[in-house]
Amino acid sequence: MSSIVPSVKPPRLAVREAPPADASSVAMAVDRLNAWFAENHVLRDISITFPKQQVTALIGPSGCGKSTLIRCLNRMHEVVAGARVKGEIWVDGMNIYGEGVDPVQVRRKIGMVFQKPNPFPTMSIYDNVAAGLKLNGVRNVSVLDEAVERGLRQAALWEEVKDKLKEPGTGLSGGQQQRLCIARALAVKPEILLLDEPCSALDPIATAKIEELLHELKTQYTVGIVTHNMQQAARVSSFTGFLLLGELIEFGTTDRLFTNPSDPRTEAYITGRFG
Amino acid sequence: MPRSSSLNWQDRLFRWACLGFALLILGLVAALAVELAWSSRLALRAFGFSFLWTQVWDPVREVFGALPFIYGTLVTSAIALLIAVPFGLGTAIFLAELAPPRISEIIGFLVELLAAIPSVIYGLVGLFVVVPWVRSVASPSVDAVLGWLPVFQGSPYGVGIFTAGLILAVMIVPFVTTVSREVLLTVPRSQREAALALGATHWETIWTTILPYARSGIIGSIFLALARALGETMAVTMVVGNRPEIHPSIFDPGYTMAAVLANEFAEATSNLYLGALIEIGLVLFGITIVVNGVARLLLYRLHDTSAVHV
Amino acid sequence: MVRDPLMARRNWANRLALASTGLCALVTVSVLFFLLGYIAVNGIGALNWAFFTQLPKPVGEPGGGMANAIVGTGKLLFLASLIGVPIGFFGGVYLAEFGRNGKIAFWVRYATDVLNGVPSIVIGIFAYVLVVLPMKSFSTLAGGFALGIMMIPIAVRTTEEFLKLIPASIREAADALGVQRWKTILFVVIPAAFRGLLTGILLDLARVAGETAPLLFTALNNRVWSHGWMEPTASLPVMIYTYAIAPYEDWHRQAWAAALVLMLLVLVVNGGARMVLPRRSVVV
Repeated sequence: MSSIVPSVKPPRLAVREAPPADASSVAMAVDRLNAWFAENHVLRDISITFPKQQVTALIGPSGCGKSTLIRCLNRMHEVVAGARVKGEIWVDGMNIYGEGVDPVQVRRKIGMVFQKPNPFPTMSIYDNVAAGLKLNGVRNVSVLDEAVERGLRQAALWEEVKDKLKEPGTGLSGGQQQRLCIARALAVKPEILLLDEPCSALDPIATAKIEELLHELKTQYTVGIVTHNMQQAARVSSFTGFLLLGELIEFGTTDRLFTNPSDPRTEAYITGRFG
Repeated sequence: MPRSSSLNWQDRLFRWACLGFALLILGLVAALAVELAWSSRLALRAFGFSFLWTQVWDPVREVFGALPFIYGTLVTSAIALLIAVPFGLGTAIFLAELAPPRISEIIGFLVELLAAIPSVIYGLVGLFVVVPWVRSVASPSVDAVLGWLPVFQGSPYGVGIFTAGLILAVMIVPFVTTVSREVLLTVPRSQREAALALGATHWETIWTTILPYARSGIIGSIFLALARALGETMAVTMVVGNRPEIHPSIFDPGYTMAAVLANEFAEATSNLYLGALIEIGLVLFGITIVVNGVARLLLYRLHDTSAVHV
Repeated sequence: MVRDPLMARRNWANRLALASTGLCALVTVSVLFFLLGYIAVNGIGALNWAFFTQLPKPVGEPGGGMANAIVGTGKLLFLASLIGVPIGFFGGVYLAEFGRNGKIAFWVRYATDVLNGVPSIVIGIFAYVLVVLPMKSFSTLAGGFALGIMMIPIAVRTTEEFLKLIPASIREAADALGVQRWKTILFVVIPAAFRGLLTGILLDLARVAGETAPLLFTALNNRVWSHGWMEPTASLPVMIYTYAIAPYEDWHRQAWAAALVLMLLVLVVNGGARMVLPRRSVVV
């Protein structure tokens, strides 16, 4: 385990190729990533790795760029008008910002769940979960049935909705809707699941359910989660990155970062002095 | 008005005056409906409901059946929708989804200009440009390929149902485009992102997520356009052929409700004739109210949130 | 990344579909430019001084102009504003300042929408029965009445819209000074919204200026000057119609000239409105 713990600040990679460091244990390596909204430089030279089948949390005060960073990881940042990205992100030996890489394929492999649950209102629960597969040309009903059930089970929603799969997804409670969105993302079997403050719109009970779920999910997926809630990061993640003003200040195991931060700014943040 | 108790007499007078004008509008619409019904009473009494489905329109013998006009109105409007909806919606998608904001604004304005051009000018261009084109190009070439279907049989006139539908299509595209564009712009970003994050292409995002989300507003815009097409008068009158007959081919001349009013109203000689024409006006009034009402219901949610007025 | 045939097909479909929406926009805009260009080309050739200064010549004689129709349209628009603007304006003031979300306001808005949707030819029937029949004559008055009714819906809507744009703080500031409500509205709120209101009214006028159908059996037509308000009158749109469907080459020419004049009016007002108002609300 200790072998995959990255150093406090990952070393800058001089050569533009897949990071060599123990590639088998790293699901995703971000190398000198910069991002802009129009003229606003919101991420500066971020380099960070996401270990395989672990939960990695990104924390920091509002406006620190943590949501932008996670949206860069599956090329969702660029869908906003005026947004720009420079840098490299390596997944499976491929730079997802490399030339000729199709963002659509990237997103297919790297799923995302958003702050507010966003089920498709015109689709049933079943169709919501099956949506991604149908886009990929899956028409076989038994395959779809199987994938929908698997997705819903993995999202711990199956028992609650198995008798009303044909009802609209918007009829569920907020927490259920968010788990439906997780099921929707999981149904296409992504390698990595990103969650952008998935609990910010949920009540404590629904939040607890999702946190519990994250523990289950990391047995199969690499998970990245943005949260403004430090306790949540401490509860769910093995690794944590702390961002401030668009820079990655510190990255390490969650235990160490919260008990023995090496940067005074990290310490100031986790002890509640700002943010 | 919580403040009304404290209003002094001047304020109260001003308020009542404004209310008076507002109620005048209500009264005007009520008067319009009542008057149409009252003025067509002779025809209503003489023909009853059979007015709507008998075909003979003979002012000399004073036999009046409105079916050819109703048929012509419906068919020209249907053709117009068949052409205008794909183009209008396509343009709306382009403006809302693809074009940079400034380009979108400019094209949006140009499309609105289409709606500002007077109907009679559409008729003029229709008469001198579209009619010859239909006569010498569209009708013969469609006839060559699909002439074995009675609907597409060619005709030597140029004026006719299809020509009217084509011009109506251009006239109603702005209604589909402008309103649909506003509707598309109200679709929340989270919906778009949900689809993109699943690995949908841009078009798949539009087709599977954005359009379904906006469907009631889009259908509303289509009904709005339909209402315009049904009541459109001048352009249609100038190119539809003005014959109270029902032919199978869309290239044959026909007639619409609005067009027969435009042509015959000033010359109606007897009270029954006039009553029959006014009854056509009543039917037209009723149909457009219903169609507009449906459009308004579908667009109702947008009414408060955006600048769309219907 | 694996290049699978399905993905290739999806990307291809994506590009094709997006390109076709661009094509739709291109076709729509091209139709507009074709219309404008065609009218300009045909109209400029036919437009001359006589068009503005002379009366129509008797049938068969070439030349002449539409002076009477231009004046007729002016008179009709004047009458229409006299009827449509006050009703629409104060109706709009009621909705924005007093009615708000009440029951009466709901029904007034509903009636306005219905009126806006009524085909113009039906408004013509209304004016015919209400004005032409009792007076036993086609007249400028009847035509102006019809156009005035047509102006009401947009006048109401733009007034309400622009008055609502004025922040409540302005009203409150005046209220706090102890100014009476009607003075606040007339001398503070309405001047603040003046540009928008004026633009709205101009757009409204430009719209009815091209209306033909409601004039066909109200103002009718006239080949000579129309005196006063009780005689039938010529108007540009009706002249376009009559000249277009007549079998004379020279009349067609003049119809194009009249179309160009109407078109310019519409373009100038709509373009001007676009400049004055940051983002025009969509009134369709």
